[in-house]
Amino acid sequence: MNGFIVGMYLPGDSFVHQLDPRAKLGFAFIFMFMVFFADRLLACAIFLAFVLVAIHIAKVPYRLFFTALKPIIFIILLSSLLHLWMTKGGEMILAFPGITIYEEGIRQAGIISIRLLLLVAIASLLTFTTSPVDLTDGMESLLSPLRKIGVPAHELALMMSIALRFIPTLWEETEKIRKAQMARGIDFEEGHILKRLKKHLPILIPLFISAFRRAEDLALAMEARCYRGSEGRTKWRQLHYTRRDLWLLLILILLGMVLLIFRH
Amino acid sequence: MEIVVKDLSVVYMPDTPYEKQALSHIDLRIESGCFAAIAGATGSGKSTLIQCMAGLIRPASGQVQVGDKIFHAGSKSGAALRKHVGIVFQYPEHQLFEETIAKDIAFGLKNRGITEPKLDREVHRMMDLVGLPGELSDRSPFHLSGGQMRRVAIAGILALKPDVLIMDEPTAGLDRQGKQELFRLLKDLHEKQGLTVILVTHDMNDVAKYADQVFVLSGGKLALSGTPAEVFEQYQIWQELSLELPQVSQLVAKINEQLDVPLPYSIFTLEELEQSLAKRFVQREAPT
Repeated sequence: MNGFIVGMYLPGDSFVHQLDPRAKLGFAFIFMFMVFFADRLLACAIFLAFVLVAIHIAKVPYRLFFTALKPIIFIILLSSLLHLWMTKGGEMILAFPGITIYEEGIRQAGIISIRLLLLVAIASLLTFTTSPVDLTDGMESLLSPLRKIGVPAHELALMMSIALRFIPTLWEETEKIRKAQMARGIDFEEGHILKRLKKHLPILIPLFISAFRRAEDLALAMEARCYRGSEGRTKWRQLHYTRRDLWLLLILILLGMVLLIFRH
Repeated sequence: MEIVVKDLSVVYMPDTPYEKQALSHIDLRIESGCFAAIAGATGSGKSTLIQCMAGLIRPASGQVQVGDKIFHAGSKSGAALRKHVGIVFQYPEHQLFEETIAKDIAFGLKNRGITEPKLDREVHRMMDLVGLPGELSDRSPFHLSGGQMRRVAIAGILALKPDVLIMDEPTAGLDRQGKQELFRLLKDLHEKQGLTVILVTHDMNDVAKYADQVFVLSGGKLALSGTPAEVFEQYQIWQELSLELPQVSQLVAKINEQLDVPLPYSIFTLEELEQSLAKRFVQREAPT
């Protein structure tokens, strides 16, 4: 396997790793909401400082966050440029023929960049520090109250964990097929975009066939072990909240206060 | 075509916590027209090594030279090597995708810019070579048996007329008959068409039977190399490599424990063993 896959789990025993997955999931969810209400540069800066501290405590190399950010750098740049160009208000800072940059434009560009950065950073921090098993267990437990209105919490969690489990497998398979077809003379780097897309057909077809075969094998193996959904199923791994998780609540309250104080 | 590997190292996922040194400082030389075997336990780096030779994995340092084409860390791509090296991956039937067998075999040829009617002629020649009946050409490859699917995949590689043919565990999952047929084909290609063949395997019986040269990998390093006899002689090392000697060599090693003058490790069949034992017996009986 080449290249680092975004959303990979990094085993560790930091404070962040040891938090309950339900608490982390809930925290990340509310945090993301709050990011959208942070409409002052100072509030954004405080949020950013908090995330940087959290990354530091989690002992995840900052470098990996840049890898995670790579795919959205384009979006950040584009929305910043649009803000610089379109948003008017406050003092005029620079004036070229055709483009005038206002103070408000710079502020909005800064805010939108930090917001996007925060979203990616907190989502990455969650997956970097929570194993897929914990993540799905947490998800299932958080969704389980919805079972009363007919939401299949267990089945959803199982689907998610199977999907997560097979990402590296299918990735490896893709690499293998890609190499095999390269050995048969395909050059994936050549030609314009439509041509290149068409060249991926020889990868997609075998990949689908093998995915279906794997799915069938897995279904058979599960049936052979008498899997019958959530009905009467108990858990070997139990999740427990600890005192640590209270910290997350406290931080949420503090960040909420920051939002209130610095509101327009 | 000769293959020279110099100080080859490969690192997977560099600069991440999952960094793994797959190969470290491999030096080896496979002579032109030779039947070489690469052996080693799972995870010893066999697959990485052959993929470097085929121009599919870029070396982190060092180089691979096939004929006069060189592939190293700074090369633009391995495409130059790919023209000369054909590689058949493990379970090659998993990479079939076309609607008909003929189209799948023709896929590589088409990528090389070969057109009808030459294309059709070549496809049928290849089907004949690997022993697939010509009337199958318009059938879907997915309706064939596992062994036949594998032959379609191999035909697709052979159609490209490689000078070097690499096969990664070609007999995995085949029955005894399928295995024998495959080796017969491999031997034919090697002897009649002068292909340089590289076989990746962990079955030492096959190595003893077919290979001129053996390279044993362990933990990403070259542990042993030489002719099969030279390599099997060092049976003390084999236990550390978690590989099994060929059955006859195991027997020779057992017998040698009792002998003052040991039997040579160039004995690979029971008949040869029987003859050399008989010869010794006659020598001992005869008055000197």
